Formats: sequence, C-alpha cells, structure tokens
Amino acid sequence: MTGLVVDALGYAYGAKQALRDVSFRVAPGRFCALLGPNGAGKSTLFALMTRLFTTSQGRIAIMGHDIARSPRRALGQIGVVFQQPTLDLDLTVTRNLSYFAALQGISGRRAAGRIEAVLDRLGMRERAGERVRDLNGGHRRRTEIARSLLHDPAVLLLDEPTVGLDAASRAAITSHVHALAGDTGKTVLWATHLTDELRDTDQLVLLHRGQVLAEGESGMLRGNMKLDAWFLSRTAEEEAPCPTG
Amino acid sequence: MSDWLIALNAIVAREALRFFHQRGRFLSALVRPLLWLVVFAAGFRAALGLSIAPPYQTYITYETYIVPGLVGMILLFNGMQGSLSLVYDREMGSMRLMLTSPLPRWWLLFCRLLAGTGISILQVALFLAVAAAYGIRFPLAGYVAVLPALVLAGLMLGALGLALSSTIRQLENFAGVMNFVIFPMFFLSSALYPLWKMAESSAVLRDICAINPFTHAVESIRFALYAQINLSALGWTAVWTVLLLALAFRGYDPARGLVARKA
Repeated sequence: MTGLVVDALGYAYGAKQALRDVSFRVAPGRFCALLGPNGAGKSTLFALMTRLFTTSQGRIAIMGHDIARSPRRALGQIGVVFQQPTLDLDLTVTRNLSYFAALQGISGRRAAGRIEAVLDRLGMRERAGERVRDLNGGHRRRTEIARSLLHDPAVLLLDEPTVGLDAASRAAITSHVHALAGDTGKTVLWATHLTDELRDTDQLVLLHRGQVLAEGESGMLRGNMKLDAWFLSRTAEEEAPCPTG
Repeated sequence: MSDWLIALNAIVAREALRFFHQRGRFLSALVRPLLWLVVFAAGFRAALGLSIAPPYQTYITYETYIVPGLVGMILLFNGMQGSLSLVYDREMGSMRLMLTSPLPRWWLLFCRLLAGTGISILQVALFLAVAAAYGIRFPLAGYVAVLPALVLAGLMLGALGLALSSTIRQLENFAGVMNFVIFPMFFLSSALYPLWKMAESSAVLRDICAINPFTHAVESIRFALYAQINLSALGWTAVWTVLLLALAFRGYDPARGLVARKA
C-alpha cells in the first residue's frame, strides 16, 4: 500500500491559485523531501493533507484512506509537525505529550509507556520534566517530533521543522528523521527549502509556484550538479523574465 | 474510557491549568461582578424600587436582585474570553494541532466550550460565596439547582463567542467586536432591572430585552437559585444554545487566520 498519494491536487486563495495539478506518491519507509522556495505552496499542501483546508480539486490518500471521504481514518495515520511551534510553553515536555496522546485517545499507562519510548527515541528522556519554555529551539523541535510519533502513525508530515535552528540541531533532527523512515518503515514527507538536508537516496518533489517541476531520486535529479545549484537553476528557469525589445 | 472521554478529560484539564496560571484573569473575573455588587448596586438601591415578582415572595434589596445578573455577567465575559483564547490558539497554531486529532471537529470544539463553562462555574461559585459573606444568600437547594442552568447558559454564551470568533479574521479586531456584543447584550437584558421596569421607560426596549438570549439565561439562573424552574426561560436558553452551537460548529474554520495572511 502506498503511504501517501497526492493526485491532481489544486487549491486557490480566492483568485490566487496556490496549488495547480500537484501529483506524487511516497512509499512506506521512504524519506521524501518536498523542496521549494518560500511561497511555493508547501504549507498549503500541508494544510490540505491535515484537513485544515478542504480538498476541492484532486485527492489525497493516507495509507489508502481518502482524507475527504474517511478523514478520521486518514488523520489517525498521520503525525504532524507544523512549521509554527505548537507546544504549550508553560507545560513540561511530558504534560505536552500526554495532552496530545489524549487527543489521540491514548491515556494512562499506555500513554506513559509511549511517551517514554518516543522520548528515548529522540534522546529527550532526561528533559521530560522540564518546562518547554526552558528548552532550546532544537529540543523544542525534538519534543514536537516526539509528539508526532506518540500514536505510532504510518505517515509523518514535517513542515520546515528545522527553521530557525542552528546547524548542529538541524543536522541532528534531519538525521533522526531519516533514521525513523529507515528503521521503522514510516513514510516521511519533509517540506524544506534547504538542500543540505537531503541525501542522494531521498525522494525529491520540487514544488515551485504551486506546481511540481520535478520528481524523482535526489541524486538522479541533480546529476553532476550540486543540489543547491540544481535547485536554483530549476527555479530560476521558471522565473526568467520574458525577453523584451 | 472511550477516546472521546479521554480527549474531553485532557482538554478540560489543560484549560483549567491555563486558567490557574493566569492569576490576573482569575482576579479580574471576580473583581468585576463584586464591584457591580458593592458599588453600583449600593448607588442604585435608592433609585430603583422593586415590586414583588416571581421568584421573589417578598420585597428584596437591589443587591439581591442583581446577583443572578452578575452571575450571568461572569458567564458572558468568560464566554467571550474563551472565544478570544480560541482565536489566539488559532493564530498561534495550537488549535490546528488539536484539529489533527481523528476525533470529530465538533466534539473537540464542544470540549473546549465545556472546559470554558467549567471554569466559569468555578468563578460563579466563588462569587456566590463572597455574595453570601456580604449577606446575599439563597436557599441551599438553589446552589445545587442552579448548576444545570449555569452549564446551559455557559455553553450558550461560549457558543456565541465561538460563532463570533469565526467571523474575525485577525486577533486585533476582536476587542471591537466584543464591545459591540457584551455591552448591548448585558444592558439590554433583565440582569440589572426587571423587564416590567424597562417597560415603564420604553415598550420597544422591553421587547428587545425579552428576545435577548442573555435575558433568558439570567432568568433561568434567577429561578434556579431559588430552586424553581422558569420553563420558558430555560426552554429558550436551550433553544438558543442548540442554535448557537450549530452555528459555531458550522462556521468554525481553523484555517481562517492562515487564509487571511495568504489571500
């Protein structure tokens, strides 16, 4: 079964078309980078995949469940890390996680066990009792990733999760999530505009001005070029002004 | 416990924790009605004569009359404060996270409203205790009988706040909208003066007061505090609660802030 299917998806903010005929698939165990400059439509795509926006053109399926027709089943299969931090700063790491576990219907000993397991996995166990306000940016992000794993979702959606972090924290988080896809078979969709977060074996979907410009394995797509040079050249081609005179 | 109840429990606990962290909000919620009771009512006692009308069986002081209205005021302000907090959470993204839960959206919003109502009832209990210390007491049975009326009124006003929050695109616009709702709703009701008294001044104003949902909420609380049921007031409050809940759930758009920024 395909982890994530996006098929002929479109979305408009009034007269402004944000996504146009976007299609791609991500298999279980794959790390797929949704690469695109700011304003490419990545966050809009995430809002559609998490059902914050209603899908009116095209289709999204999570582990075979159509988000529009079976939202409960589809949402039960995804873990989300939004671009904007959504932790309660005044609560401890554990309290933040147990609140989210309860929203997923997990409580008591089962929740405690899951929290311990995900904090272990993200190397955050010793921070469990700390208030989120006292954590640095990297640890906050790790807490959000831990939270997204609590209900053992099959698909992980991460919208620019390393924004605002230092290089070391970025590298650690990227490495953690790559390992998650490889070790646990989770489908990962990682939205970013930073090419150094990708590996050659990652699936890459290049999104620009709401359209998919390229899709395939990152190493194959870039060929002999460096990925950032390839990314800039592809997006620049689309932005080249029409010759005048 | 079912998934639905686990989520309800967590949302109520979280809102309670947030409320107790905000001591200023707790104090202002208590000080506002107490100021009305001690200062405003004392001034108006001499100016307003009250006749005997149900649920009262004898002449009462003006302070006694306005206590149910001030209870309603606590619920009204908290309902609006709750919707402000919903708009804030929508802007900050925590509402988005909540709505990625596989539980139905209407249930998650209902849990938020119920949590807000629970917090309002805690404040009402404290206010009634202070009012009792001030000499305004109700029959013991009234303190129990008022609970269902408080839950219903709290949900109705919370749903009104939620419905209003759905029309607000940005947090900054909220205060203006609230002023246009809270004050007319409070003053054009039976909270501060009985409807017959209002009719002496203006029949039109009396009619407006009579259809104001807040009047029905206050009257159902007033009768319940004397362990009596005002079926008409309770019925209208229930009808308004259902209508406003339906409107609020239907109109709630978690993406509103996001769309406003992108469009």
